Amino acid sequence: MLSSTAKNLYWMGRYLQRAKSTARLIEATQRMALQSRGEEAAGVAAIFGMEDEFRQTQQQGGRLASLIDFLVLDESNPSSIVSSIGAARSNAREERNNVTVDVWESLNGLWLELSTRLRSDRAMLDRGALIESVKKQAVMIFGAAQVTLLRDEAYNFLQLGAFLERGDNTARILDVKFHLLRPDGNPHTDKPDYFAWSEVLACIGAVRTYRRIYRSALDPVKVAELMMLRRDVPRSVHHCLWMVDLSMRELADTYGTKGEADRLAGELHARMRYARVDQIFEMGLAKFLGGVRDDIATLSDEIGRQFLLD
Amino acid sequence: MAAKAFDEMNSGQTGSVRAPYRSVAAWLARTSPERVAATRHEVDLFYRRHGITFGAYGAADGHEATIPFDIIPRVIAWDEWQYLHKGLVQRVKALNAFLVDAYGAREICRAGVIPETQLLMNAEFVPMAQGLALPGGVHAHIAGIDLVRVGEKDFYVLEDNVRTPSGVSYVLENREVMMRLAPELFSALQVLPVADYSEELLSTLRSVSFSDDAEPTVVLLTPGHFNSAYFEHAFLADEMGIDLCEGSDLFVDEGRVYMRTPRGPQRVDVIYRRVDDAFLDPLAMRPDSFLGVAGLLGALRAGRVNIVNALGNGVADDKSTYTYVPEMVRFYLGEEPILQNVPTWRCDRADDYKYVLEHLAELVVKEIHGSGGKGMLVGPTSSKAEIEAFAAFIRARPDNYIAQPTLALSTCPTFVGQGVAPRHVDLRPFVLSGRKVTIIPGGLTRVALKEGSLVVNSSQGGGTKDTWVLAPEAGSGG
Repeated sequence: MLSSTAKNLYWMGRYLQRAKSTARLIEATQRMALQSRGEEAAGVAAIFGMEDEFRQTQQQGGRLASLIDFLVLDESNPSSIVSSIGAARSNAREERNNVTVDVWESLNGLWLELSTRLRSDRAMLDRGALIESVKKQAVMIFGAAQVTLLRDEAYNFLQLGAFLERGDNTARILDVKFHLLRPDGNPHTDKPDYFAWSEVLACIGAVRTYRRIYRSALDPVKVAELMMLRRDVPRSVHHCLWMVDLSMRELADTYGTKGEADRLAGELHARMRYARVDQIFEMGLAKFLGGVRDDIATLSDEIGRQFLLD
Repeated sequence: MAAKAFDEMNSGQTGSVRAPYRSVAAWLARTSPERVAATRHEVDLFYRRHGITFGAYGAADGHEATIPFDIIPRVIAWDEWQYLHKGLVQRVKALNAFLVDAYGAREICRAGVIPETQLLMNAEFVPMAQGLALPGGVHAHIAGIDLVRVGEKDFYVLEDNVRTPSGVSYVLENREVMMRLAPELFSALQVLPVADYSEELLSTLRSVSFSDDAEPTVVLLTPGHFNSAYFEHAFLADEMGIDLCEGSDLFVDEGRVYMRTPRGPQRVDVIYRRVDDAFLDPLAMRPDSFLGVAGLLGALRAGRVNIVNALGNGVADDKSTYTYVPEMVRFYLGEEPILQNVPTWRCDRADDYKYVLEHLAELVVKEIHGSGGKGMLVGPTSSKAEIEAFAAFIRARPDNYIAQPTLALSTCPTFVGQGVAPRHVDLRPFVLSGRKVTIIPGGLTRVALKEGSLVVNSSQGGGTKDTWVLAPEAGSGG
């Protein structure tokens, strides 16, 4: 397989996952805004690390609706849902011969649908339906990959991209939201606000999962534990980095070589596997998550170097 | 109707829009009928996709009906809610005190406030429940109190539901639908959220475990997926993260209740049952019941498992006991009732009986153990022949009926056909009692979709609305 193919599949996984995470995050944030009338826009912009860009692009002064358009529709924003789906689709198009018809058609179908919606009158555009559609069809595309792709190198690069992105998204959401709700970093400052914390969980679709696991009232420490350390929660940082490590091992078996990316993937997985939530809060959640996110970024660079993707 | 009904949107002073409804009225004025029709269609799809359906037993085509949902919210101002909240807490406290007393010393009978026959002769009285000391002295853990409004400041309690009141899943889902499909309506208002109901319910259930275990095991006992409220059972179990059991999933061994799991038997501390009293335990109640758990009541009596709501609560919420609730408030709490009863004639009293038969055309007559809007007569909308036929029932069994004046229930703007028209509504708030009392803001608003109809029950063509209690700073007064 060519490095260029590996690269396309890796980025297809990342972009598709990014669109999906953004869709979910926006939905959760909108719900929160409807229930609290809080100024959510700044918090959302912070998650995407783009408070500045947002304020520059938008003259309205940071309203949630305009931020949502920026994150969903704006083709000049490379991380918007529309841009991400477009990028994932062009990756897949280049690899038409390396992905199955099911994967290609479901992804292309989503892209066509978004294009049609974008051509319609912006004032009449139903953002909610668009977001819903992205969420649903992204699940179908990943599902098509699960049941139809040959388990070869190409599959592992797709997995690698998707799980690296997903793990980073969860870490980032937790990092930013925790800071907004508990600026002093202390999870026990006052009685947790049910709605605020359930919204944090909703960003990764885990409100009912929380109930199932803990069967107790929402507690910031448990929310953090679920999002970081629970291996059985499919969007937790631990789960994602476990899957990243697995894909790296598969690739190492295939190629018979290992490098810095393998070491880093193994180390990140082990860190999440053996971390304890109380120790994380002792050292400071922001510091811990900052470290994890830096290392995920380094891992992505190392993957690029090791497999000649760049 | 005898009197023009109070309209919750338009009956402001000099016929203006009442303050809490201002943004709803503005939304109605600026939203096109096409947009509304499209939204209503989406609502129906949403309910079907989520499987939020009810009943329809034995429909040959397996058709599952959705309860019609009206997208114009029913709005309650903060100060109105404060008043209702206080009244509801008081009333449910009195009902719980009464249930403790009814299955205990029966002091209220000895004091001559309620005749002992009212209790002991009541078909809903469960002798096996006598002398039980339930955790926290709570029998009615989940109470649905049906309220109606007839004027700016006039609310009445229509009935109390303290057996297995249902409908709360619609409160939560209606809000979900509204946030998803009409977000623009929320933008001008601050509506108090309701989504923490499940968390409050779970903590209420846990707080009434007999055991000292910090995390007692709670399960929801359902009659099964053929039950018309099965959606709600599954919904609540999912929301709380607890197991949804049928009778066959549970068993009693040496006085303790267990559920069957692949890991082996697991102790159960609290059962939130949505199965009626008579079916709970074939050893103690109906022997032909397959819905219950043999030996359950023994485990309850031994203080090994708590059953929520308690057994025999029917003595507190039938339509004849209802007339005594204001007296209960005075007797147990030493307070004047905040929420009023609808004036009620009891046909087992000679004077009342005579009055009722002479005024059937003006009254609403109800069976004492009836529910779901069946077995009742609405005088003003009935024909002479219907009234005569019903009079015969009353003559045959006067003690089975009560009568009330036909109230002009308040109306709310509702989408009908292609336009908006006033329709009558009621309100069922859900009151949770454990170690403390909690009520999520608002409750279930049911709306009679037929013009002029006063019957809001879903089995009789009623629908529901999202109920909005506004936060203090927004739209107070009227």
